[in-house]
Amino acid sequence: MFKRFVEWMDARIPMTKTWNIHLAQYPAPKNFNMWYVFGFLATIVLINQILTGVWLTMNYVPSAEGAFASVEYIMRDVEYGWLLRYMHSTGASAFFVVVYLHMFRGMMYGSYQKPRELIWLFGMFIFLVLMAEAFMGYLLPWGQMSYWGAQVIISLFGAIPVIGDDLTLWIRGDYVISGATLNRFFALHVIALPLVLVILVFLHIVALHEVGSNNPDGVDTKKPKGTVPDEEKPKFKFHERFTSKKDIVDSIPFFPYYIIKDMFGFGVFMFFFCYVIFFNPEMGGFFLEPPNFEPANPLKTPEHIAPVWYFTPFYAILRAVPDKLFGVILMFAAIVFLALLPWIDRGKVRSIRFRSVLHKLNLTVFAISFIVLGYLGTQPATPVATIFAQIFTFLYFAFFGLLWFYSKREKTKPVPERVTSK
Amino acid sequence: MKKLLIALMTLVPSLVFAAGPTVPLDEAEVDLHDKASLQRGAQLYMNYCLGCHQLQYHRYNRTFEDLGIPQELGEENLQFTGQKAGDRITNNMSTEAASNWFGTAAPDLTNVARVRGADWIYTYLRSFYKDDSRPFGVNNAVFPNVGMPHVLEELQGVPEKTYEERMIDGEMKEVYVGIQADGSGRLSGSEYDQAALDLTSFLVYTGEPMLLEQRRIGWFVFGFLLIFTILAWFLKKEFWKDLK
Repeated sequence: MFKRFVEWMDARIPMTKTWNIHLAQYPAPKNFNMWYVFGFLATIVLINQILTGVWLTMNYVPSAEGAFASVEYIMRDVEYGWLLRYMHSTGASAFFVVVYLHMFRGMMYGSYQKPRELIWLFGMFIFLVLMAEAFMGYLLPWGQMSYWGAQVIISLFGAIPVIGDDLTLWIRGDYVISGATLNRFFALHVIALPLVLVILVFLHIVALHEVGSNNPDGVDTKKPKGTVPDEEKPKFKFHERFTSKKDIVDSIPFFPYYIIKDMFGFGVFMFFFCYVIFFNPEMGGFFLEPPNFEPANPLKTPEHIAPVWYFTPFYAILRAVPDKLFGVILMFAAIVFLALLPWIDRGKVRSIRFRSVLHKLNLTVFAISFIVLGYLGTQPATPVATIFAQIFTFLYFAFFGLLWFYSKREKTKPVPERVTSK
Repeated sequence: MKKLLIALMTLVPSLVFAAGPTVPLDEAEVDLHDKASLQRGAQLYMNYCLGCHQLQYHRYNRTFEDLGIPQELGEENLQFTGQKAGDRITNNMSTEAASNWFGTAAPDLTNVARVRGADWIYTYLRSFYKDDSRPFGVNNAVFPNVGMPHVLEELQGVPEKTYEERMIDGEMKEVYVGIQADGSGRLSGSEYDQAALDLTSFLVYTGEPMLLEQRRIGWFVFGFLLIFTILAWFLKKEFWKDLK
């Protein structure tokens, strides 16, 4: 019965073929470590955001008069509305947690290097759209921080010479943040950007499955055709799409091996995720800021306006510069440099395991700078904090400068022919 | 030198502003399982607070249900506004009237515990003191120059800042020791503290009415995840065995 159904389907749509190419007969390097779970987790969080988002939309009222009250209605009167809302608000932060770790994994193992530049670029576009998505979503509860956070961030565009003021007016649709802004952000948040996001994720995966995954050793597991003796090839059947052009070594089918392994990672992740949802949804004011439980009031500026934690590293870079325009440029440059990583890194060795001590140090300092900047972005800009922000902004950019400089003639360790782990 | 001067000039005002209301807050030992305390808090709220401060996002019947108050009893004793039990807890004070009387609209308090925290409310309620320079004759140590009168004065009595003479560095100095009521209120000092705690607990409840259910479900979820994750681990081991 089932077999006949599959045959019927396969005659009309490439169902089994797609399953085989992308899962059951897709060769994945056998030496993935725990760092490789975050791509899977990002997909899970994306699905969570879409599903909870759809149900939140059923009761949310996108207007300046009704937004705040409708969120409270969801929290109090809708059955398990609080659960939907907390899953969505926690999901937003979780998205950035897993995406930042996913990006750092790519940096450690050189996953952005040739031939995976396009995967990295699609990833950077996903990151950009995700930031826009999160920013617009944060306005929707129409709380004090929603309002004033959006006010601060939109006003950044005003720093652009000549067109700045008109541009902010165009974004807001009004002279101040108002119901007009809320409505357009709602439209962008619930349909336009998610659509773009899903398409970009699709392209990210298509590009990945064309060249195949990197691995912690950064060693190619797809060797030129005819160079590998049969006894060294894995005993698994991989799809001929992969085996016809290359000899595959040290690989296992993505399904069931990595799906099962990801399930374990998913369980561990869910512990953290559910701890926040059920025991600490505000996460000490980092995931949901206390002033946001007060409705937006255009006449009352909060004492201290801070963006949500996932923007704070870039916010700290912005504030580190005394000149607003240059600050905005530097903030965007922080992301552009990241996107250009495949061309800034001129090295041939991918994995940090075989790269120089200088590179290990450089990447460590970069990670520390990012975290410190993130912390500084949550704090009021005192003169001392600003000096620290300047130091770590310098270190953040120094990573790219140094990398470009030393990667050309870097003293690396010999890279093995095949992946090293068992 | 110039840089230092600029640094100082920017630093000094921020220090001055930072030294705003920095009264150390007392810890409010809120226990949401203590239904009696929550019921007393609700009673205090409906009698003393609701005249000005709405709980416009929360409903009467939900309150009765969560606090274990039979609906009829609740309607008779806690509903003074002629509304239905399914209605939200509101009043009829207009923003305009409030601005005339108090200089500002009285804020809705449904989520005040989430904005300010339980400790803040608990300390605030116990920090009014007599100050004849203010329109209502009272001020508040936690919220200086607050617009509202001391509504609970008939319970607490007239609170005053009290000072003690103490020997410091060989000199007798007046030291601020705290706020004490004059004993004209209906409640004793510790009874008033309890009333403030009851009211605080009630506001913690209105801020997060789902809190107890949320925690309860959370433990079940943890239990499920524990089993799921252990099974996933063994499943992974089983599958990966043939890779060795």
